[in-house]
Amino acid sequence: MSATASLAQTTLLNVSYDPTRELYRDINAAFARHWKETEGQEVTLRVSHGGSGAQARTVIDGLDADVVTLALASDIDAIAQRTKKIPADWQTRLPHNSSPYTSTIVFLVRKGNPKGIKDWDDLAKPGIQVITPNPKTSGGARWNYLAAWGYALDKWGSEEKARDFVASIFRNVPVLDTGARGSTITFAQRNLGDVLLAWENEAHLATKEFGADKFDTIVPPLSILAEPPIALVEGNVDRKGTRKLAEAYLQFLYTPEAQTIIARHHYRPSRPETVADKALIDAQPKLKLITIDEVFGGWAKAQPTHFGNGGIFDSFAKARR
Amino acid sequence: MSEMAATPARARRGRPPALYRVATEAPLARWALIVLALGFLTLFIALPLAVVLTEALRKGLGAAVAAIREPDTVSAIWLTLTVAAIAVPLNLVFGIAASWSIAKFDFPGKSLLITLIDLPFSVSPVVAGLIFVLVFGAESWLGQWLIEHDLKVIFALPGIVLATVFVTFPFVARELIPLMQEQGTADEEAALTLGASGLRAFLTVTLPNIRWALLYGVLLCNARAMGEFGAVAVVSGHIRGLTNTMPLQVEILYNEYAISAAFAVASLLALLALVTLALKSFLEWRHGDKLASRSRH
Repeated sequence: MSATASLAQTTLLNVSYDPTRELYRDINAAFARHWKETEGQEVTLRVSHGGSGAQARTVIDGLDADVVTLALASDIDAIAQRTKKIPADWQTRLPHNSSPYTSTIVFLVRKGNPKGIKDWDDLAKPGIQVITPNPKTSGGARWNYLAAWGYALDKWGSEEKARDFVASIFRNVPVLDTGARGSTITFAQRNLGDVLLAWENEAHLATKEFGADKFDTIVPPLSILAEPPIALVEGNVDRKGTRKLAEAYLQFLYTPEAQTIIARHHYRPSRPETVADKALIDAQPKLKLITIDEVFGGWAKAQPTHFGNGGIFDSFAKARR
Repeated sequence: MSEMAATPARARRGRPPALYRVATEAPLARWALIVLALGFLTLFIALPLAVVLTEALRKGLGAAVAAIREPDTVSAIWLTLTVAAIAVPLNLVFGIAASWSIAKFDFPGKSLLITLIDLPFSVSPVVAGLIFVLVFGAESWLGQWLIEHDLKVIFALPGIVLATVFVTFPFVARELIPLMQEQGTADEEAALTLGASGLRAFLTVTLPNIRWALLYGVLLCNARAMGEFGAVAVVSGHIRGLTNTMPLQVEILYNEYAISAAFAVASLLALLALVTLALKSFLEWRHGDKLASRSRH
């Protein structure tokens, strides 16, 4: 067992959510270089990607993650509650609510925007097909849902209206994939739907991969500030002896080097002032961003109300049947 | 059509010789059946296979080979071969043991055993995977014990092997049981009365009798072991370069917009299946006549 222990010290497992594949490929290469230069040690960085909720579940079931970088705080809360491997106050332990980057939800439409989709209202219209993953399994989809809800609240000021509005959007969804990447493939590769509700970075990536002549990105005037947080899985790093490496990895995400990589992948760096290439920051569209804490009273409240078993989202599915 | 209408009447009088029956089949019906079978095969097997190969080679053979030599993919290929190399022999032994006891002995609970052997065919692979997560996961008592002793089952090689063994275990047994039942115990009894030991009787009498069915079962088992997706996906943990098998790697590449790389790996997977089938055909051609009288396949 001692052989595996010494091996484990230079191997780190980052369990992440779906659309961060390209981001962490670059970050991991940069961190490996950084670690080699500062500590003189070769490090193997492993990653696992999937729907945020599903990934949290595998960590609860025993996947040996050193760090988790998931789509939303409540998935990390779930790990903290079920396993005690993460302290309850994890979100206060790293800067910026433990979110080295944020993102928002935008619309990806077919080139030329044939259905004239400009704002959240247009998604609820009859005859529009909306592609989004399933909020039960996908973090991105929960942000999609809450952004729509926040828009309706902002417009009509009534919870009742917001509920009807979000329900009518989900009535326009022909297929619910389990993760954000699956939905992007459904929209871009399989050509289903008129509009994809996507992470800002995912919309950029799809445009890059499939060609700028295929899609237009529509930035609605109002959307949600999505904070995909990170955490150290203390119970695992202490057992594996990887604490020092794992902590350095998380800290690295806040360095100018990592913040620049983050901006280049169209996430919004939490410390934009440290990014040398100002053009990267200026290129990010300005829009009104609501937050989960202000509008929904945080994940601890939003998660059970909207996405828990028997929550509001479940009532939509029941109404559909 | 009049000939076809006449068939039942003739059947009542007893079955005519095989040659006579075939000769009187309506040519139209015969051709319709052939076209139907070939059309179905083309549509559902040959065409998708061709699409996979074309997609794989869309960016040229060099790109396809480069995609396969990518480190994460190489590790997925090794993992798939390793899993098959462990799961198939296990199911070979288990399959012979199970079909031996079912075909040659009577014991209480025999029908229960037959039902259990079929279980993996009727249970969804995803459910099979979840069973292992429930049993060996960190929230179970056994999972806790494993963690305390620093042993990994799920999200590591043992879990993937277990899930694969589970979904592939009917293949060998299902091939052997009908054959062994049909052959009965007379040969073995003769060997034993002539003074052969149990092991000798098995090696020199039983094994040669079942070898073609056994080979066929092993090949099917192997093909499924390498191709299994659902059960493995649940227990894998999706760690790149470590716990992704080839089918999982195909999905990952596809989801990363590396479409031709995904199809290149898919082609390789299909090729592995074709190689096992070719191997079987070769062995049949090489040794078939010698064993034709005993062979079922």
